[in-house]
This record gives sequence, structure tokens and C-alpha cells, in this order.
Amino acid sequence: MELIQKHPILEFKHGKEVSFSFDGKELKGYEGEPIAVALTANGVRVFRVSPLMKRPRGFFCAIGKCSSCFMTVDGVPNVRTCVTPLAAGMKVETQKGKGLVPLETE
Amino acid sequence: MNKDLTTDLLVVGGGAAGLCAAAEAAAAGVKVTVLDSDLHMGGQLVKQTHKFFGSKDEYAGTRGYKIAGILMDEIKELGDKIEMRVNTTCTGYYPEDGVYTAMKGEDEYYRIHAKKAVIATGAQERMLPFPNNDIPGVVGAGAVQTLMNVYGVLPGKKVLMVGAGNIGLIVSYQLTQAGVKVVGLVEAMPKIGGYWVHAAKIRRLGIPILLRHTILEAKGEDYVTGAVISEIDDKFQPIGKPQEIDCDVICMAVGLTPTTEIFWQAGAKMQFVPQLCGHVPFRDKTMRTSNPDLWVAGDAAGIEEASSAMVEGRIAGYSAAKALGKKMDAKKFDEYWARLDHLRAGEVGTKIRAGIAQVMVEGWEA
Repeated sequence: MELIQKHPILEFKHGKEVSFSFDGKELKGYEGEPIAVALTANGVRVFRVSPLMKRPRGFFCAIGKCSSCFMTVDGVPNVRTCVTPLAAGMKVETQKGKGLVPLETE
Repeated sequence: MNKDLTTDLLVVGGGAAGLCAAAEAAAAGVKVTVLDSDLHMGGQLVKQTHKFFGSKDEYAGTRGYKIAGILMDEIKELGDKIEMRVNTTCTGYYPEDGVYTAMKGEDEYYRIHAKKAVIATGAQERMLPFPNNDIPGVVGAGAVQTLMNVYGVLPGKKVLMVGAGNIGLIVSYQLTQAGVKVVGLVEAMPKIGGYWVHAAKIRRLGIPILLRHTILEAKGEDYVTGAVISEIDDKFQPIGKPQEIDCDVICMAVGLTPTTEIFWQAGAKMQFVPQLCGHVPFRDKTMRTSNPDLWVAGDAAGIEEASSAMVEGRIAGYSAAKALGKKMDAKKFDEYWARLDHLRAGEVGTKIRAGIAQVMVEGWEA
């Protein structure tokens, strides 16, 4: 994780460090912080691929409004990763297209 | 999983306006529930590291994130009068049943029965159309602030800032504080939109502010590897030779627009007001909209400073409490309005005053 080490005004207090997987790779992040933040700290920039034009999409608004950071988390598609807290062992995947809700795949 | 919740006053949005509305109403004895879609309360205050202007009553001279702390302390003292729900997004309002729907995370759903509501949903980032503006690395200025000031994560290594209003200037300075190189700011207007004190800090750092310039294109396949900028003429058309900039982040600080979905669903009377940066609901002096159960406060009522949002929140909370039958001190209401008028006085407030005049009604017919 690449983090700000020294800041003239702020002191950062992070929670517990946990492991999660991103497209099968194990990454580290802080529990309770947004998934998108943990991915950015690990240098991940492409979060999903748009359905029609296959365009890469990433972190944009950070307030759960723009849909750019939708990913598949623990099998659930279209999760707003910028406002969804990271938990230990989460399975985060690049979302390709619209994503399938789990019921449809069963 | 469906759950029903009941409250007297629902406050949607726990930022500067919402927290003040909740504190004001709860202090008068109203049972309040505050929803916020983010993982913590405080809205945009939590990521503002600069000292606020305005007046002493609205904590001028205090850094934004510390103001969020002050408001949270006030709310804590009110104890169980206020229920705070984070990571909870208000997803709809059904006026015919008086029901608000909300979701916590992705799989908990609520039906909220509230007698009255203050909608303090704030704002969202505006965007510019240019080729490749959808690729990763093109980021909203608010998102950059969240990343570095709340979570201590860097957005990239080299940033091109688009917009030299207060947000563009402040975020450029904050990026530098966090150790990120800001390669320059482009601003389409012929003059800097933000305060001189913020602009002066940027110039002292030697960061160029290119006026009458805009971005033409983002470069990169999977993510930003550069940008093309150009000088523009009076009609905003590119002139001269376009210039290629080496950067991995294009930070968009081209303004905000009010978040108003709930008012539309409520059928509240709305108008597009350029000075307030988008569609906003009509309101009377109590901040009540044309829907008698809904009040508005903060950026959702028109883009303005956080200091005004806090006072508007007080007014909306006060008025909702009064409508719920609580005995209120009329002097307090006048005092809040005097504070608002003071914040909007002078040349700086000209635009806001002109905007508000278009949507302020004398009172709603019963």
C-alpha cells in the first residue's frame, strides 16, 4: 500500500490491516475503509469495463453517485466500492459488463 | 430483509446543513433520524483542511474537519434524541404514503415513516465533455480530497487541475501538501474564480495558472497518461497550438450542482437557477419547499459556502421542529437570518442573492 507518510496538518489513523483478494491476487487494506480506497492505495486503477463500448472505468466521485466504481464484491455485482467498507477476506473482482445478480447464475 | 423505522424528523444527509438541522430540532425535543450514504457523518467538512472564512458564529478561522468534530460533539450531547445511520442511502420518497425508502450497504432495506423531513443532500460534481473523459485517472476534485485528506491515499503522481475556482485552488494546494506534483491549473475564464488568498498560495509555489485555457482531450488507454490543453478565445474556441501535458491524474474542479432527486419525487416546485448552479426547489423563509413536509438546506438549496449551509440547516431544523408543535423562540429565527444575511452581504454575495431571489416565496398557501 502506498500511503501519505507525513502531512503538515493531518494525522491519519487507520484501522486493522486485513487481506482481501482482487481478481485472485491477495492485497492488503484497512478494515472499514472504502474498497475503492484500498484498491487505489494498491495501485489498481481499472475497476470495471463498460458493457457496450468496453471502456475502462475507475474511481471518480467517491460519494456513491456516479456508478464509475461499480465492481463485483463477494459475487454481488454493481457494488459502489467508494462507499462500501472493506472487510477481511472480501473477494473483489473487476466487473465486466452489467454483471449478473447471483440468482441468475444459479 | 425489510425493516420499518419510525421517526418524527428525517434528515437526509449528515453534512454541514444536515447535522445543524438535526441538532437544532433535537435540542427542541424532536426525535430525529439522520441518514448518510457515506461511511461517516460530516459530509464535505471532514476533508477540508483549510481554515474557514465567514463569521465567528460559523467557526471562521477553524479548519473544516475540526468543524465536523464540533458539530458531532454537539450531537453527542443530545444523546438518544438523534439516531445516526451511516452507509445508508435514501433511495426514494413516496409522498402518497409518507414513506422514505433507504438501503444500508447492498442488502438491508428500510421503509422510514417520518412526519417531516429536512433534505440536505448536498451537491455533486459537474463534468466537462472531452474525448476520453471517462477513463480512470479523470477524477472529481471532491474525490481527490476524500482520498488524500480522509484516508491518506495519493490519487497519483502528477496532477493537471481543471478549474481555478476555490475548489481547484484549494485542492491544488492540498495535493502539494500531500507531496503530489501539480503540473498546472487550466481555467476557461479570463480571471481566477476563487479567492485571492487561495490563488496566491498556488502562485507562491510556482504552479502555473493558465487562464483562457481548457482541456481538449485526456490521453491514455487504460488510464490517464497525459492531457492535451489549449488556449481559447472569447467564444471558448481553441486557438493556437495545442499543448501536451505529462500527468497521470486529471482533476476536475469545474463546479458542483445540487442533488435534488427527492424534491423531484416529492413533486416540489423547482426552477433552474444558474446562480445556484442547477435546479433547486422554491422555498419560503423557513426553508420549507412547496411540499409542506419537506424542508431544504445547504448545497441542495443552491451551491454556496459551508458556513451558509450550517445556518440554513439551523433554520430548517428550527422550522421543522416548530411545525411538529415544539415551542420555539422567535428571536432565534431572526438571529439566524441576520447571520445568513451577513454571510451573503457585499460583492461576494451578489450572485447568491440574485439566485435566491428567484426561488424565495413570501409563504406557501395553506
